[in-house]
Amino acid sequence: MSGVATDRSWRTTAARALCSDYFVLWLCVVYVAAVAPFTPGFASLDNATNILATLLPLFVVALGQTLVLIAGGIDLSITSIIGLCSITGAMVMNDETGWLAHSPLAVPAAIAVMLALGGLVGAFNGVAITRFRMPPFIVTLAAMMAFSGLAVWLTQSKAINQLPAAFNALGGRTAIALGIACAAGVGVHVMLSRSLFGRWLYAIGHNARTAHVSGVPVAGVVISAYVCSGVLAALAAILYTGQTETGSPVLGQRILLDVIGATVIGGTSLFGGKGKVLWTLFGVLFLKLVDNSLNLLNLSIFTLTIVKGAVILLAALLDSLRTRLAGSHA
Amino acid sequence: MSTAAAVEFDGIGQSFSGVRVLRGVSFTVGASRTLGLVGENGAGKSTLMNILGGNLRSDTGRMILRGQPYAPAHPTDATRAGIGLIHQELNLFSNLTIAENIFLTSFPRARALPWIDQRTLHARTAALLRDVGLELAPDTLVDRLSAGERQLVEIARALSLDARLIIFDEPTTSLSARETGTLFALLRRLQSQGIALIYISHILDHVRQLCHDLVVLRDGAVVAQGPIETFSTPAIVSAMVGRNLTQLYPTRRGAPATEPALEVRGVSQPHIVCDIRFTLRRGEVLGLSGLMGAGRSELARILFGLDPCSRGEILVSGRPLAGANTRRRIERGLAFLTEDRRHEGLCLEASIADNLALASIRSHARTPLKLIDRTGWQRAISTIREAVRLTAKAEDTQPAQTLSGGNQQKVVLGKWLLASPSVLILDEPTRGVDVGAKFELYQLIMDLADRGSGILVISSEIEELIGVCDRILVMSQGEIRGEFSRPEFSSERLLAAALPRESPA
Repeated sequence: MSGVATDRSWRTTAARALCSDYFVLWLCVVYVAAVAPFTPGFASLDNATNILATLLPLFVVALGQTLVLIAGGIDLSITSIIGLCSITGAMVMNDETGWLAHSPLAVPAAIAVMLALGGLVGAFNGVAITRFRMPPFIVTLAAMMAFSGLAVWLTQSKAINQLPAAFNALGGRTAIALGIACAAGVGVHVMLSRSLFGRWLYAIGHNARTAHVSGVPVAGVVISAYVCSGVLAALAAILYTGQTETGSPVLGQRILLDVIGATVIGGTSLFGGKGKVLWTLFGVLFLKLVDNSLNLLNLSIFTLTIVKGAVILLAALLDSLRTRLAGSHA
Repeated sequence: MSTAAAVEFDGIGQSFSGVRVLRGVSFTVGASRTLGLVGENGAGKSTLMNILGGNLRSDTGRMILRGQPYAPAHPTDATRAGIGLIHQELNLFSNLTIAENIFLTSFPRARALPWIDQRTLHARTAALLRDVGLELAPDTLVDRLSAGERQLVEIARALSLDARLIIFDEPTTSLSARETGTLFALLRRLQSQGIALIYISHILDHVRQLCHDLVVLRDGAVVAQGPIETFSTPAIVSAMVGRNLTQLYPTRRGAPATEPALEVRGVSQPHIVCDIRFTLRRGEVLGLSGLMGAGRSELARILFGLDPCSRGEILVSGRPLAGANTRRRIERGLAFLTEDRRHEGLCLEASIADNLALASIRSHARTPLKLIDRTGWQRAISTIREAVRLTAKAEDTQPAQTLSGGNQQKVVLGKWLLASPSVLILDEPTRGVDVGAKFELYQLIMDLADRGSGILVISSEIEELIGVCDRILVMSQGEIRGEFSRPEFSSERLLAAALPRESPA
C-alpha cells in the first residue's frame, strides 16, 4: 500500500512542477546545465549579454502575440509590420534623404510614425476580423503578404542607412532596450492581470458568445488586442532597427515562427483563454537559449532548423501533458 | 433465473484525486428489463455509466455481463460486448450524413477493396431508420436534424452495432413533447425485442412510465433499489435528496406591485414573432409557456438585443430601449439566463469567480486605466456565492466545468444577480438540474421578485410554471395565444392554448 502512496505523491509532485508558472524557467535551467559543458563560450558573460540583446525585441513582439492568442486569434502580420515600420521610420529620419533629416524632431517624429503605423495595421486586422467575421489566420496572412510587399516596393528592396545615433541607441544599447522591453512587459502584465480589459480578453478567449451575452464589448476588445499587437511589433521594429542601424524592408522576416513558437512553448494556448506575460518571457528565453547554443556549436543552418523544430515539438508535447494533468487534477 | 442478467455491478468503487465518487455500488439489470437510474447531479450516475462504457476503469469491484466477467479497457470493448451509450450531449458529426454517422466505424466495403459500398450503406441505413421510425433519406446531413431526430439516429447507430444493452442518459432534456412520445414508443419496441435498457433521468414520471426496476444513487452509493411499483414518487425524491422534500416548489410570499418593469408593445419580426404585447410588473413572476418552436426563446433573444426586431417598442422601467445593444440593455437592468448554459451561459474553462464576475466586473474598474478593485471584487464574489448557496466544496479558482449542472446554473444566476437586474429573463432555468437544486433555484428567483425585480420564466415543464408563476402567457406560432392568472392555472388549459391552430389549406 505504501508503494502506491509514494507513487501517487511522486506523481502529484511531478504534476505540480509541470503545472507551475515557472516550469519553462526550470526547463531553461536544465537545458543550460546540460548543454554548457559541451558548448564552448556558452556560459560566459559576453554570451549572456548577447542572448539578452537578441531576446528583448523578440519578447516585445511575443507580448503582442500573447494578447491576440489569449483572445483566441493569431497575428501573422507582425513580421510585415516590423519591416514596414522599420523603413518608414528610416525614411522619416535618415540623415541623407530623410524628410526630417537633421531636424531635432526627427527621432521623436519617426518613433511616433512607426508606432502609429503599427497600430493602424493592427486596427485593420481587428476590424476585418470582427466586422466582417473573417478568420484571423487568413486576414493576418493576407496583411503579412500585402504589407511586406508594400515595404519592399517602397524601398525598391534597398536598405536605408545613416540613421541618427540617438535613435540607434534605443535598440543598440542593451540597457536602454532592456528598459523599454521591461516597461512593455510590465504594462502588458498589469493590463492582463489587473485591468478590466484583461478580464474581458480572457473571457472572450474562453467563450466569445458567453462574453457577448454577458455584455462584454467583444468587437472593441478584440480590435484593441490587434492594435496592441501592432504597436508592440512597431516597438520591436524600433529595437531591431536600432540594433542593426539600418531601416530594412525585410527586417524580422524570419522571426514569425520564433514568436509563435516561443509564446506557445511558454504555455499560452493556441485555442484562447490562456496565457501570461511571465510564461511568454520564459518561452522566449528558452527558444533563444536553444538558438544561441546551436549557433555556438557551429551547426549549419539546416541542422539548426531541424533541432529547433524538434525542440519546439518536445515543448508542445510537454504542454499537452501539462494540460492533461491539469485536467485530471481539477 | 433461467437467463443470465444483462449486467451485474458488484462492489464498484471509484475515486478522483482522493474524493470517493462511487462506493460499493452493486445492483443487477435483469435480462430484457429496463432499469431506471436516478439520483441528484454528482451522485455518480455518469461515472458509473462511463465505467460500464469503457471510458473509465473502476478502482474496485467487477462487472458481469450476461454471465461473463467484463472489464472493458476501451470504449470499443463495450461496443463489441453489445453495449450502446446514448449520451446527454449527442455525439454525432453534424457535417456528415446520417448514414456516415451510423457506420462511421464499420463502413460496408466493396469486397476486398478499400472503397465504401454505397448501395449497401444506403440500404442498411434505410432499414435502420425504418426500425427507429425516422422517415428521412440516409444521405441527409445531421446538421439539418432536430434534437429528437438526432437522438433517433444515435439509437439507430447502437442498433447497427447489435447492442443488447442500451444506456440512455437524460434522453428527453432537449426533446419536444411529441418527440418524447416517439422516443418512448421506440423504447417500448426495444423492450419487446428483449433489449435491456438503463434509463437515467431527472423526470420521475418518465422513469415510472418506462422502467421495471429502480436504483437510486446518492453520494456514490445505492440508497434504494427494487421493482418500480414498490416506490411512491415522494419516496424516490426523499431517497435522492436524503431528506423529506415535502414540497417541490417554495411558497410565494410577496405579490406583484403595480408599476411596470418591462413593457413590450407590438414587437414583431417576420416568421419569428408577431405583434407581441405584454407588461411585466415589478415583483411579478411571469411564465411563458408553449411548445418547442413557438417562438419563446426567440422572443427572449429579441428582448435582450441578441436578435433583430423589425417593429415594436420595448420599455424597461418606463423608458424605451430604442435600439440599444445587449451591453446597454444590461446597463439598463436587463439580464438573460440563456437556454444553452454551456455555450452562452458559462465560460466552462474559466474559474468560478471569473464567471460570477463577468456581467458586473465593469463596476469594479477604477482609475482611468480601469484597474480592478480586487478587494471589492472578492467581497462581491463571496457574498454572491453565499446568496446562491453554491456548493462549499468548490474553490473560487476551480473551472466552472467541474461543477454539477445545478451548481453551474447557480453560477450563471449569481452572475446576473451581481448585476442587480430590474428584469430577469430565464430560459429553461432548471434543465439538467436535480430536484434539490431546482427548489433552491426557484427560491432564488422568488426572492429576487420579492426585492422588486420583474421575472420572465420560459419553461417547457408546465408543472414548473404553475408552481412558481403569478401569471402565465402561452405562445404558439410566434403569437401570444393566452393569458392565465393563478386561479385559472391548469395543465390542460395551458396545453390546449399552446397547440398550433390548423392553418387554412
